[in-house]
Amino acid sequence: MDELLTEFIAETRDMLGALGGAIVAWEGAPDDRARLDEIFRFVHTVKGNSGFFDLPRITALSHAAEDALAAVRSGKRQADHALVSAVLAAIDRLGELVQAIETGDALASADDEALIEALARVEAAPQPEAQAVASAPGAARGPAVRTIRLPIDLLDRMMSGVSDLVLARNALARRLRDGDHDAEVAACFERVSGSIADLRDAITRTRMQRIENLFAALPRMVRDLGTETGKKVTLDIDGGDVELDREMIEMIRDPLTHIVRNAIDHGIETAEERARSGKPALGCLHVSARQTGNQILIEIADDGRGIDGDRLVEKALAAGLVDEARAAKLTPAQRHALIFEPGLSTAREVTNLSGRGVGMDVVRANVERIGGVVEVDSRKGEGVTFTLRVPLTLTIIPALTVRVAGHAFAIPRSAIEEIVRVKADTVRVEALGHAAVATIRERRLPLVDFATLIGAAPATDAESRMLVVLKPAGGGLYALAVDAVQDHEELVVKPAAPAVMAAGLYAGTTLADDGRPVLLLDPPGIAARAGVSLAKENPAELEKPARSERAAVPYLLFRALDGARRMVEASAAQRIEEVRPDAIAATAGRLRVAIGETILPLEGCGETAPEARIRALRLTDGANEIAYGVAEVLDMIQWSGSPIPAPTPGEVRGVALVNGEQVELLDLHWLFGRHAGVIEGATRPVCLLPAGDAFMETILRPLVEAAGYEVRHEGEADLAIVADDAEPPPATRVLRIAGGAAPAGEGAVHRYDRAGLLAALAAGRARG
Amino acid sequence: MSLVLVLTLAGQRVALLAEEMEAVVEIEAIAPVPGAARHVAGLAALRSRVLTVIDGRASIGLGAAEKPRDAVVAVVEGHPYALLVDAVEDVVEAADIRPLAAAAGPGWSRVARGAVEAEGDLMLLLDLAALVAGPQAEAA
Repeated sequence: MDELLTEFIAETRDMLGALGGAIVAWEGAPDDRARLDEIFRFVHTVKGNSGFFDLPRITALSHAAEDALAAVRSGKRQADHALVSAVLAAIDRLGELVQAIETGDALASADDEALIEALARVEAAPQPEAQAVASAPGAARGPAVRTIRLPIDLLDRMMSGVSDLVLARNALARRLRDGDHDAEVAACFERVSGSIADLRDAITRTRMQRIENLFAALPRMVRDLGTETGKKVTLDIDGGDVELDREMIEMIRDPLTHIVRNAIDHGIETAEERARSGKPALGCLHVSARQTGNQILIEIADDGRGIDGDRLVEKALAAGLVDEARAAKLTPAQRHALIFEPGLSTAREVTNLSGRGVGMDVVRANVERIGGVVEVDSRKGEGVTFTLRVPLTLTIIPALTVRVAGHAFAIPRSAIEEIVRVKADTVRVEALGHAAVATIRERRLPLVDFATLIGAAPATDAESRMLVVLKPAGGGLYALAVDAVQDHEELVVKPAAPAVMAAGLYAGTTLADDGRPVLLLDPPGIAARAGVSLAKENPAELEKPARSERAAVPYLLFRALDGARRMVEASAAQRIEEVRPDAIAATAGRLRVAIGETILPLEGCGETAPEARIRALRLTDGANEIAYGVAEVLDMIQWSGSPIPAPTPGEVRGVALVNGEQVELLDLHWLFGRHAGVIEGATRPVCLLPAGDAFMETILRPLVEAAGYEVRHEGEADLAIVADDAEPPPATRVLRIAGGAAPAGEGAVHRYDRAGLLAALAAGRARG
Repeated sequence: MSLVLVLTLAGQRVALLAEEMEAVVEIEAIAPVPGAARHVAGLAALRSRVLTVIDGRASIGLGAAEKPRDAVVAVVEGHPYALLVDAVEDVVEAADIRPLAAAAGPGWSRVARGAVEAEGDLMLLLDLAALVAGPQAEAA
């Protein structure tokens, strides 16, 4: 294409962008001479330029607009609503025509005539009184800043060149540090280094644009939307001079547009409605930008009706996004955040602007894709404020480098909430199978062990590891276990190859200061990969590991020391300890294990102490604690259902089918029963059992003991158990056991009616 | 006529289009990418660029490179790669690309874009993009 024509197109488009605000401002204040002049200059320039290129449609249209505006300038016409709309339409058409030339598309030779007519139509009689004397066009402007146009590709190349330069400097610095010190060389290097830093700053700034470029389109949009919805809205823009990487500007254009549309369509009420609730008829939309640290904060605040939290919850329930129990527990902020869920929209009717339930979820997705966050704050009846937080630039990010299994990784600092040491007092790590939980200052977080995730062994022992608490965009918090935290660095991040991205764990690649390639971790990706469901609500209120469901109960699946697969209610398993054989001893009649400062009875090992290291589950019933030796913890599973009861009481209370395999269920009651008295040191009630009865001695006795009784064969007792047909001995209470197939007599319990037996035993103990 | 880079991969003499290659380098250190496909050997730094190192043998499903060796640097769809090969021979002129007359054999057929005659030998001309994509592209 002709270079001059390209220049014309680019210039026209830039002017169009800058003009949107001026036109709307002019409509609001038709007497504003400066605005009128600005618009006039635009159409005048376009008319003049188009003459060079033989673009008759553009010439005709801009000529008509120029005529109409000239009439206003000379006071022959009033800048009424119709005229402003006609001028806007003409300017829009000019934009389309210019676009069509650029893309080479043929624009349907539509009704330019109608537009020209609309411009010419004079609605009211011209006002007789003359306006102030026209100032000469152009005089209002200060001296123009000299600018040149550069292709964006070139800027990108410069940027990547500078990035390489920075890395090369770092490599050189390293060599210099390692080698002999030559003061002159060092001074030289300092100079080079300083220049490179300046250059990097300058180049980075060439990619920066004032956010004005983004805001310039808003006045026009607000005006059009206001006209369409019949609402009166003023727009107040702040902080247009904040600078942002041009890529970021492009990335937040759509989210911003969408939020503004929503605010006018749903947020701000009609004038009548506003009057009823005692608000000024004119709705107000406030858009502002400011820089905080390396983030840009963009706020979009309206003074409308606010988000109807109840309706959102209603819809979320209907859509199955939350269940009743969760819905009841949502805080107001969490209820409002539901607006970002896919498929939810509170609009009562679908309008052509918004309300189809596509939108806010897309907004969030887009903002998160660039490492940003979007938040909502709503006050019923007072309005809604959306806050977008986005990083300054996509290419250089502050990051934390960590070490896992001998490899270095970087984590974007924006995603890091805090870093804690595993052995800190306020931190507790409970490894329950694969679903580990870190409790940091009483706050429970899902824990992801990055080493395990990548199939490597952690290089350091568990105690000296670090937990990086991550706040992935849009999700809840989780803790990532790493071997060591190394350094804070500013990293030049480059996109990773598709084969690397396919791992789902990384966001990009970078070179560390030592010149080695480093992978940048992707916090949301890691969470997804680790199966941590990031609860959308504030995880501070997360009471349980994220995996738990309503009906099913979490069980810890493990392989026992005798090789059997068993499981136990996870809620009873406090933690898992590594136990060395020398910590286990048969003392005072049973196996005990020393863990730290405490001695716990050890179950699951049979009668003999194991000779190798074992793992011990620390089980608790709330008051007492015992250890149960296992070979390995296999998994954390969700299981509901009833087990096939074990024929005899013992440490296994039944058999469950889990994933097609038989798994034995530990009988916690039995296990704790065996130790309850011992641990507490309390005197136990005495139960009298008839001697010589095989059933009583071998089968019933353990059950009785588990229930907390001391079994004797003679003497006084709190409870006596006798066969149904036997003579009861003297005892406070007698439990008759019916045998065989015979029906149980009055007051008797069948010998295999476990529940009945336990109830009777409990009753006897309570009395005793 | 076109220029091809002749190299050995998994014991076979094969060719790559020279115009698609950027350089031949020796890869010193490779930082692994845990969790990535097997043919991704890792990342390597080359003059402040991060190269994704592709193990040529693993990509065609014939084992894995035994130790870091010669690599061919090329850019595929905007990303710089280093392809580990057994050895790089030379850039030579080759006759026109011919379609494969017979099946190239397991692994090879996925990455072969044809055959070329160079220095009197007929050899497979490999498709760099297919090598980079790795075996999972076919399995999927």
